[in-house]
Amino acid sequence: MLPSEVIPRRPLCQRSPEPPWVPLDELSLGVGLVTDADALQRDRPPISIGMMPTKTKTDHATGSGLGPQRLFNSFSKIIDYLVGIASYGLHIPRYRIDRVTLYEAFASWINPPAFLPGERPVANYDEDSVTMGVEAARDCIRDVEDEIGAVYFATTTPPYAERLNAGIIATALDLGENIKTADFTDSTKAGMTALISAYETVKAGGAKNVLVVASDCRLGKAGSLQETLYGDAAAAVLVGEDRIASFEEFYTLSEDFVDNWRTARDVFTRSWEDRWIREEGYTRFIYSSIMGLMKKQKLTSNDVAKVVFPALFVRDHPKIGKALGFDGGRVQPHLLESLGNTGTAYPLILLIAALEDSSVGDRIVASSYGNGSDTVSLRVVGKIEDRKLEKALKRKKELRSYEKYLAWKGMTSVEKGIRGEEEAPTAISLTWRERREILGLVGSRCRRCGLPQYPRQRICVNCGGVDMEPYRFADKKGKLFSYTEDMLAFSINRPAIYGIVEFEGGGRFWFDITDCEAGELKVGASVRMSFRRKYSDEKRGVYGYFWKAVPDE
Amino acid sequence: MGIKDKVAIIGMGCTKFGERWDASYEDLIVEAFTEAIDDAGIEKKDIEMAWLGTCFDEVFSGKSALPLSTVLKLPFIPATRVENFCATGSEALRGACYAVAAGACDIALALGVEKLKDVGYGGLPEFGAGMGSKNRVIFPNITAPGAFAMMAVKYFDKYGIDPEKGKEILAKISVKSHHNGAINPKAHLRREITVEDALKSPIIAWPLGLYDCCGVSDGAAAAVIVRADIAREFREDPVYIKSMQIATTPGEELLYRWDGAHVETTVKAVQRAYKEAGIENPRKELGILEVHDCFSITELVTYEDLGVSPRGRAREDVEAGFFNLDGELPCQPDGGLKCFGHPIGASGLRMAYEVYKQLQGKAGNRQIRDPRLGLTHNLGGFPAMSVVSICIFGMERG
Repeated sequence: MLPSEVIPRRPLCQRSPEPPWVPLDELSLGVGLVTDADALQRDRPPISIGMMPTKTKTDHATGSGLGPQRLFNSFSKIIDYLVGIASYGLHIPRYRIDRVTLYEAFASWINPPAFLPGERPVANYDEDSVTMGVEAARDCIRDVEDEIGAVYFATTTPPYAERLNAGIIATALDLGENIKTADFTDSTKAGMTALISAYETVKAGGAKNVLVVASDCRLGKAGSLQETLYGDAAAAVLVGEDRIASFEEFYTLSEDFVDNWRTARDVFTRSWEDRWIREEGYTRFIYSSIMGLMKKQKLTSNDVAKVVFPALFVRDHPKIGKALGFDGGRVQPHLLESLGNTGTAYPLILLIAALEDSSVGDRIVASSYGNGSDTVSLRVVGKIEDRKLEKALKRKKELRSYEKYLAWKGMTSVEKGIRGEEEAPTAISLTWRERREILGLVGSRCRRCGLPQYPRQRICVNCGGVDMEPYRFADKKGKLFSYTEDMLAFSINRPAIYGIVEFEGGGRFWFDITDCEAGELKVGASVRMSFRRKYSDEKRGVYGYFWKAVPDE
Repeated sequence: MGIKDKVAIIGMGCTKFGERWDASYEDLIVEAFTEAIDDAGIEKKDIEMAWLGTCFDEVFSGKSALPLSTVLKLPFIPATRVENFCATGSEALRGACYAVAAGACDIALALGVEKLKDVGYGGLPEFGAGMGSKNRVIFPNITAPGAFAMMAVKYFDKYGIDPEKGKEILAKISVKSHHNGAINPKAHLRREITVEDALKSPIIAWPLGLYDCCGVSDGAAAAVIVRADIAREFREDPVYIKSMQIATTPGEELLYRWDGAHVETTVKAVQRAYKEAGIENPRKELGILEVHDCFSITELVTYEDLGVSPRGRAREDVEAGFFNLDGELPCQPDGGLKCFGHPIGASGLRMAYEVYKQLQGKAGNRQIRDPRLGLTHNLGGFPAMSVVSICIFGMERG
């Protein structure tokens, strides 16, 4: 069902030389900057903005009358592009559980209607919303050198209720401290909300680029429909220059519609009757939200190349499309059979699917669901070469054991032995002091002899020099120097696998190895680093985040 | 410079090693101490200074020398606790030897003890924050067998040894030690094993199986040190310290410069030790080896690191029985860590105990014929970051 077979590969972020469309760039937003813009216009001659013929003004649905709007970054420089999607990334956990496995374990006898075909990704035992978010973010900004001014993290499953999860992500990405960070949470539409907020932030000059990260790993009870339906995954979108697509418009609906809920103390999501959710919630919100956007922009379905919205109920998904005037081919496939409902990340992943499937000039309308609905419309301006979603979906290993799934998710008591129960306390002030080294995997490089070293050394291990500069290892490739599969160390995924990693460009250290099973490794194997939850000290409420090596596949 | 022939051991004690469910660390201290001073023919009041070696003290006896002084009721003499991972026992001995050599006192006590079997699970206690609060966060989920298993993987890879063949070589090392341990009343594991037993044993950390790993036990050992020039006033057959060297990693092995198939601290320590003791051909001149066989692979690479076997070719000596009790250079005549287990603080002194008895000709049915020099090798930490103590002992005062 992935369109890769029919769509030729396109170079990443290549702008179309002749924009074949009339961009609708302005929204009734960013009022705070209108004065500045006016002042600027008085002081300087108007600067012609690339790809925005002046005649476009007449087409603005909600034009503010300023004409093509200059934007400001925090240094008040004029930037001559539209705000849009600069890059994107994904993380889909390696493990997939076949829904037949889930069904046979519980649902088949306790809740027979809860069957869906296909498979769903399962976060590894050492992954959570934050770690998956970091991985998606790294995938997103790998080739981005531009300054990132904010990280907005959307999740309904934040590992910490009090401790900024976006702050952990920003530190893991080593983005520095002069940065805006915020968590968007409590609704599955929060991913889209964060995207819209990122747009507003950039448009208002609050940051040059905002990294939006959406990640979820929700839990359903054993045998529940949610267990079958939910998937664990993360998506990231960099909002800034419209290298891939420009924002046109958005529309939001918010209602205290209590279809699915969890209190702060709940582990599993609760639901009201699904017939009510389908009619009064899902169908109504998606339809109204997308229709609201199209009306706001004065669009008909013919003006839209692809409409994107999540599937809560498989059979309602095409019906909503049809009601909105879209034939099957223009409704972005919902991926439920391979990905599941990935919460806040779901609409963003579908949007990425639509982008990878798009042509320059396409208008995409993407909608979310959860206590209302947020919808955006975008114009595709850049060709996308990469097939990140397709690759992420292909990288997989079946998790055959439902019991292992239960153990990883903490849904059953497992015999850890006294060794496994021992948990040394974490020195929080220490992990704060060394946060760049621990969360950012920043070591040091000797300015005299050039040797990179991890962990951070005060005195060079090679030449004895004392002039060291920070050096980040997180994105360096590595080779496995040696390894072992340890049955003595406790791991919820025994054997504990770890080894010594030699980094490309120098530096060597030992790390746990994850997304890997006994018998899969050999000396010299290529590995990359991945941000993981190294330990969970439930007694003291501490998640020990660090980096592990993952074999290349 | 150096310590050669400056000090001598005039008395030693060693407890029965094993799962001493009946004995506390206090009992173990008293047991080793009593044998040592009886052997030395001195009284408690003659001891002027004391060193206690104990590693996992947080769990058992507290972080000071008080357990030694209060258990033995030492009369307000200076007592010091030392710790250097698995080389802790040798550190206690070093402290006592240095004090005597420096002239700070004439008679000193070194005692190492570890009570491991109150933990509730097999293997060493969890390192947890014991390796440092930051290391607890950035180190992998590592155990001792895993750390040494990585060296086995690398050794096999470097020398092109098929892992199945490699495991067979390692098995022979354990078979040899079990043979010796079986006839030693103080050993923990006292039974012979076959190569097949070793190969069939469950994997602990690939490629190391159960019989590639030393036991975990309780035990204590002690030594009484005096000035070399007065040693013969106490007994006819004192054992002289010919060399005492320790090498501690600067951290370079793990971080960049190391082949992963040997232990650099052993090489560095033993080169200095041979020089200090005046040994030119260790393969010929040494008569007993007591090495740190925490795992079979450690013993294999130690043969090479000590310069006894050529690099990459220790397997040939293993196959030839070179290190057997009746071989040319017996290694682990008492059964080694393999059969004694490894009560951390005691092991270094337990090795010295065997060399001491062998040199005196008092090793009973495992007596080696006429050894002149014996070497102990005590390794603390992991191959990638370690501390190694080498001691060389001899009967003649140069």
